[in-house]
Amino acid sequence: MFEIDFGKPKHELILGIDLGTTNSLVAAMGPTAPFIIPGPDGDPLTPSVVTALTNGDFLVGNPARRALVTHPNLTVYSVKRLMGRGIADVRDELKLFPFRIASGSESVIQLALGPRTFTPPVISGIILRRLKQNAEEHLGEPVTKAVITVPAYFNDAQRQATKDAGRIAGLEVLRLVNEPTAAALAYGLDKRKEGIVAVYDLGGGTFDISILRLQDGIFEVLSTGGDTHLGGDDIDNLMLRVALEDIASEWGEDISHNQEAVQLLRRAVIEAKHGLSVLPATNLVFDYKDRRYARELTRDVFNRLILPIVERTLGPCRQAMADAKVTADDIDEVVLVGGSTRVPLVRESVERLFRAKPHTELNPDQVIALGAAVQASILSGADEEKLLLDVTPLSLGIETMGGLVSKIIHRNSTIPASATETFTTAVEGQTNVLIHVVQGEREMVKDCRSLARFDLKGIDPMPAGLARIEVRFLIDANGILQVSAREQRTGKEQTVEVKPSYGLTDDQVEAMILESIEKAEEDFAERQVREMRVEADNVMHAVEKAKSSDAWYERPEDERQRVNRALNELMVVYHGDDHTLIRAKIEALDEATRPLAESIMNSAVNTALKGTKI
Amino acid sequence: MQYFEALGLEPRLTLDAADLQQRFYQRSRQWHPDRFSTKSAPEQAQALEMTALLNDAFRTLRDPVARAEYVLSQNGLEASTQRGKDVPADLLEEVLDLNMALEEADHGQITRSLAQFEQMQAAVDSQLASQFAAWDAQPTPDTLQPVRASLNRRKYIANLVRDARKALDS
Repeated sequence: MFEIDFGKPKHELILGIDLGTTNSLVAAMGPTAPFIIPGPDGDPLTPSVVTALTNGDFLVGNPARRALVTHPNLTVYSVKRLMGRGIADVRDELKLFPFRIASGSESVIQLALGPRTFTPPVISGIILRRLKQNAEEHLGEPVTKAVITVPAYFNDAQRQATKDAGRIAGLEVLRLVNEPTAAALAYGLDKRKEGIVAVYDLGGGTFDISILRLQDGIFEVLSTGGDTHLGGDDIDNLMLRVALEDIASEWGEDISHNQEAVQLLRRAVIEAKHGLSVLPATNLVFDYKDRRYARELTRDVFNRLILPIVERTLGPCRQAMADAKVTADDIDEVVLVGGSTRVPLVRESVERLFRAKPHTELNPDQVIALGAAVQASILSGADEEKLLLDVTPLSLGIETMGGLVSKIIHRNSTIPASATETFTTAVEGQTNVLIHVVQGEREMVKDCRSLARFDLKGIDPMPAGLARIEVRFLIDANGILQVSAREQRTGKEQTVEVKPSYGLTDDQVEAMILESIEKAEEDFAERQVREMRVEADNVMHAVEKAKSSDAWYERPEDERQRVNRALNELMVVYHGDDHTLIRAKIEALDEATRPLAESIMNSAVNTALKGTKI
Repeated sequence: MQYFEALGLEPRLTLDAADLQQRFYQRSRQWHPDRFSTKSAPEQAQALEMTALLNDAFRTLRDPVARAEYVLSQNGLEASTQRGKDVPADLLEEVLDLNMALEEADHGQITRSLAQFEQMQAAVDSQLASQFAAWDAQPTPDTLQPVRASLNRRKYIANLVRDARKALDS
């Protein structure tokens, strides 16, 4: 037996993961370039769909997507739309998506899948765990660390929810990277030139625009903007609505409440949309219960239909250019990312706005995951050339008198970024101060997004206005807020109790991890049995083959009996679920067949030596 | 002054933008948390602090107005934060013209006022440039006081320019 030692890589392997609305991907850095790790079915994309089977198992990806039609009540998709959001935020979403919200969803949404309920971070965690397993099987080694991408325009709660999902999946999330920035890294535009690059990212559910300056391997984000609720799903929903109305008038029947029919029609609509990206016209065909609905759809009609959606992306693009203090003439390169940029009208609009032919060399579905793998290799220390300087997409503010917002860190500030504010007490003997932190650009608290309430506790009682509590707000490299506080006169660190407005507390995340670890152990045991059976198959096959050789008949009778007995014992334990027992019987069979193996080896050597003169 | 130190500079009101950017990139390469993700927790915490300070410093110093406000505050001369409290006396007439034009949505007059105020802004900017140079040559309270006066004036005019532009855009 030969074992070739290729040497251990110097740097730890860190995965790059694109946790998308529609599809998720996992990538890793190869010797020269990043590569996508496909699922066991060979598909590079894992649809972000999860089915919670009633026996406790989960289907993830393509099998779950198929189950959307057969088990719509147990299956959930586009869960990214719910990450880090409150029930009031998603009311509009619920009209378009068949999410089933369970009771007790006040601070964190609970999704009902059959008899069980799940939070969005757990569903995302299940997808992440599958990607992790796919990577481990493909690479043949355990992986514990990852870089996960998020839309640049994600707020603090949405980022925190994504990080929670990683923890739930058993992954240490080393960095959250903004999707457009990851795309810029994947293009490796730094090698070619210095200049200003615009990344236009229209995915399934989110839209991002980022303007970057590249110089000597540094990717400095100048500005970013977007809409966390704008994407290909909106095109699908629009087409779906038109088709449903058309069917209602043609068939005289409203099928919009029939989940199975709607899912089938959604598929037909998406297929037609894809067709129109390459053809000037296509047929939308929908068969349901012996009835057929068919329409010819031209690209002109399609373009007219989706024009308002495409135009909604242009405002944030202009704003991003203004924020970066550049004009369209300053933009050297444009990069297109996200499946929805395959739509010809999108490409034309982007080209017209930026007056530059967009880059489309890389697959728009894969470019974000590839970029995440590049960032992973930067973090592992393997890539010392490149460095990403990203920004916070939203201003951070605190509530002041009269419900007004006082901004303390402005949007498009390079992160990490910090600000220090001093607070005092308003009445004599006051021992705590409540600070309300919000994110957003508007002047009134009610128009911004509540991020968290911080309670500064344990202030020594003293006359009003005498306490000086210095509070430091720090947005880290993941775009997530950290707060610390100190009494200025005494230098005493204050306790800061955080009440996140939306999202899970640390304890809640912890409970969810434990649950998934238990489950993972079951999965792991199952996998060990499967692997041991494969090894048993190989050994048994080899023994059967040896038994047909001349050497077998030359072995003494008692030895042959020992081998047969060991073979039978292995066959008996083969179907059990104890992998250690299977291993023991494999070893026993190995032992029993050793003399036979040696004799076969010898006769092989003799045959080889025959005819050679010594 | 911490922000200048973070970029390896002596306190100066006049700075070269390209040089500042190079210093920022060079120090980012050295201190960015991405360079410390395989290091110990205390090293990571230090990198986070250093980079936050570096970013805050670069963001402040690259903008001449923010830079001057920073120098003022570090010298106990907080620039005025009140807006519109004291209209500079010599601007009174022009401000009244603009306010009336804004009320009546008189685009012709707004455009004329805007041009006027933009001109004034340019004048203040060039005045600021020489005041910056004066403080750089001799950093004393006497050379800093005029900077504060000009900054307040500039802020007032900048608000007028912004309001006029907003009215024309809508």
